[in-house]
Amino acid sequence: MPHVEVKNLSYSYGEGEEKVLKDISFEISRGEFVLLTGPSGCGKTTLCRCFNGLIPHFYGGKMDGEVSVAGLRVLDHQIHEMATVVGFVFQNPENQLFALTVERDVAFGLENLGLPKEEISKRVNWALKIVGMEGFRFAAPFELSGGQQQRVAIASVLAMQPEVIVLDEPTSFLDPATALNIFQILKRLNEDLRMTIILVEHRLELASAFIDRILLMNEGSIVLDGDPRSILSQEESRLLGIGIPKVVRLFKMLRKEGFPLESFPLTPSEGAMAIRRLVKGYDQG
Amino acid sequence: MIKVENVYYSYPNGFEALKGVSLEIHKGEFVTIMGENGAGKTTLVKLFNGLLKPSKGVVTVDGIRTVDASVATLARKVGFVFQNPDHQLFCETVKEEVAFALRNMGFQKDVIEKRVEWALNLLDIAKYREASPFTLSGGERKRVALASVLAFDPDYLILDEPTIGQDYSQKERLRHLVLQLNQQGKTIIIVTHDVEFVAECKPRIILMSKGKILAQGPAKEVLPKADILSRASLLMPQITQLFQMLSDLGLPGNVLDEYEAWEVLKGLGGIRLA
Amino acid sequence: MLRMLDGFRFRRGDSVIHRLDPRIKGLYAIVMMVAAMLYSEFYAMVFLALLPIPLVFLARVRKEWLRSLKGSAFFASFIFLINLITGYLYAGLVLTSETIFYSLSMTLRFIILMESFSLFFLTTIPDDLSLAIEKIGIPHDFCFAFTSAIRFVPDLALEIQSIMDAQKSRGLELEKGSFMERVRNYIPILVPMLIRSFQRSLELAEAMESRAYGAQKKRTSLYELKMTRSDYIALGLILLFLFTIVSLRFFIPPS
Repeated sequence: MPHVEVKNLSYSYGEGEEKVLKDISFEISRGEFVLLTGPSGCGKTTLCRCFNGLIPHFYGGKMDGEVSVAGLRVLDHQIHEMATVVGFVFQNPENQLFALTVERDVAFGLENLGLPKEEISKRVNWALKIVGMEGFRFAAPFELSGGQQQRVAIASVLAMQPEVIVLDEPTSFLDPATALNIFQILKRLNEDLRMTIILVEHRLELASAFIDRILLMNEGSIVLDGDPRSILSQEESRLLGIGIPKVVRLFKMLRKEGFPLESFPLTPSEGAMAIRRLVKGYDQG
Repeated sequence: MIKVENVYYSYPNGFEALKGVSLEIHKGEFVTIMGENGAGKTTLVKLFNGLLKPSKGVVTVDGIRTVDASVATLARKVGFVFQNPDHQLFCETVKEEVAFALRNMGFQKDVIEKRVEWALNLLDIAKYREASPFTLSGGERKRVALASVLAFDPDYLILDEPTIGQDYSQKERLRHLVLQLNQQGKTIIIVTHDVEFVAECKPRIILMSKGKILAQGPAKEVLPKADILSRASLLMPQITQLFQMLSDLGLPGNVLDEYEAWEVLKGLGGIRLA
Repeated sequence: MLRMLDGFRFRRGDSVIHRLDPRIKGLYAIVMMVAAMLYSEFYAMVFLALLPIPLVFLARVRKEWLRSLKGSAFFASFIFLINLITGYLYAGLVLTSETIFYSLSMTLRFIILMESFSLFFLTTIPDDLSLAIEKIGIPHDFCFAFTSAIRFVPDLALEIQSIMDAQKSRGLELEKGSFMERVRNYIPILVPMLIRSFQRSLELAEAMESRAYGAQKKRTSLYELKMTRSDYIALGLILLFLFTIVSLRFFIPPS
């Protein structure tokens, strides 16, 4: 059974208003690390809110079609029920940390679920350890940097032990090295804890090395779905105005000039290896 | 020219954000100020229009010391577009929003009308003239904010993190606009940590970390220095990283974008296709 | 004047006072308030005003506590003057020593109030405070609203500053003009502030819901308030003090 299942999903914010999501269908398997991207206004922010029930339960509006996450049908379950299987990390680190210390913030969701004190304590320790913030237990949110705040946000979602984590542009406000660190943490969650990750991002040059699959949206529909290397190297992606990583652009140029490429490099190191092979190949050939 | 002479700045709570910064920005330059979050970049640019006055040292704009002038006077010359447009939008229509600064600065009514139209067209938001700014999307609101500053035609234009949350085509539009304005003689100062964007603009870079300037120079000189960049929590542009990994093949380590990369690779004997 | 608020913001520390149950500290502040109301004799007020000082040293919050006093100096002098003027008029345009002492006592009453609550807020983690309020029966939603308000005060302050900076950079003059002009000039500050507050509330609500807020009627808690031996001792001392001042008042009626 697919871990996340979307069938003929359409959505508009009000009666008679334009559809923001148009007849979307796709499936995500357990343990996939999926990137959801597209030009501004394509509906990716709206779509990711369908996974944990914010749409339709918080925002109202008209939702047609089916969305199921970890076996739970979103239309049938309240947001707090969905919260036990899907966690959500938002773009702005500040407005998702409500308590006065890191520790209590991570505990927040568990307190809501009514878990016993000992269990809460155990999970808080575990989650803080995974994101590397144990040393900041008693820090107040405004004392932390943006990157630290996002790590706490991830920990507070992690503590609830969801099966799926959805992140909506979590690195927007962070500098590149910090953003990379966040993606590395997500990759660990994906590989070590077998979590399904749905990441909405613009910064493809940093994120593309970590993901298994890209869902490219435009004007409310999914226009491309597949392996990052093939999606990013397609002309259609470039025309949509998303940020194709420069390494990919370079090799698209090389390919156009007739250079043989086994597979498309996504990162500088893959690109370097590809160029070495080309040079060797020519020397030998 | 904006001149900063050995400036220190401490916030009221005691935090020292700038520790002995000196620099010059000449008229007509294109400069980006880069560094990690908390490096002091925004603090520095707030000294340029007098929002903050130095705790120690002197800041002068076109010969006038900022401590001797009011923010309103300096703002006329040094336009500042803040990171969050929602910190400034308050009018009922986009038109009024763009006219706000002009009215404060005492422009004549007919001049205001003309300038507002010009700014709206430049940012491609003329169709939203009568719309409420709050009904616009995030990207459109950013453009309204930018239009409202360009309307009074400041000599110096400061943009604080203009690329956050923007998709690639929005960034491209911004880049073209900024280059166009620079060609027309405006001094452009952009605070950003978007390395790829800077690699495309190729400005002079002022790199900061922890309240001090780590390095200054043309993009081609600063961006290839991985160790200095990492002290400011930045990564080198992808192409630069790639080329530095191939230094043993004799490839130059200071290539910033894919076009230059292609030219270099073309000229490289080893991989030229007959 | 905003400096006065500094004296009410929680200061992290590990003193005996910090570790006391917030309900005890709240009780202390309330009892001090009762004492200040019961008495108006000058020497009694001086005594009450000096009473918290050893506690302040014990809690090591002397600097911030003094700041709250400095901040309340404005209101304190205002109270002093009002009382002085009314007393002067009431006594038939004569300034008697009675009037002066009475005015001083009223000023001290205000100061005692400020002092006691300042000490309370300086040494109590707002989270603990919200736990305390919850324990005495107030629904969690209100407690949460309370903690959130405190949590976001620094952020709000920064945001207001940012909004003022943005508008000043567009030529807005906040310090010039007639009274009406100045009031009007604050609209470009208020509107973005209100809108940002709504946006923030929306984002907060989204995040809270996404972390199962409302899942259970009865929330559990990572920390629970438990009265320790020091708490009971402090409670005893406070009750003893309360008993003393009430009975004293009974035997020495106000003059």
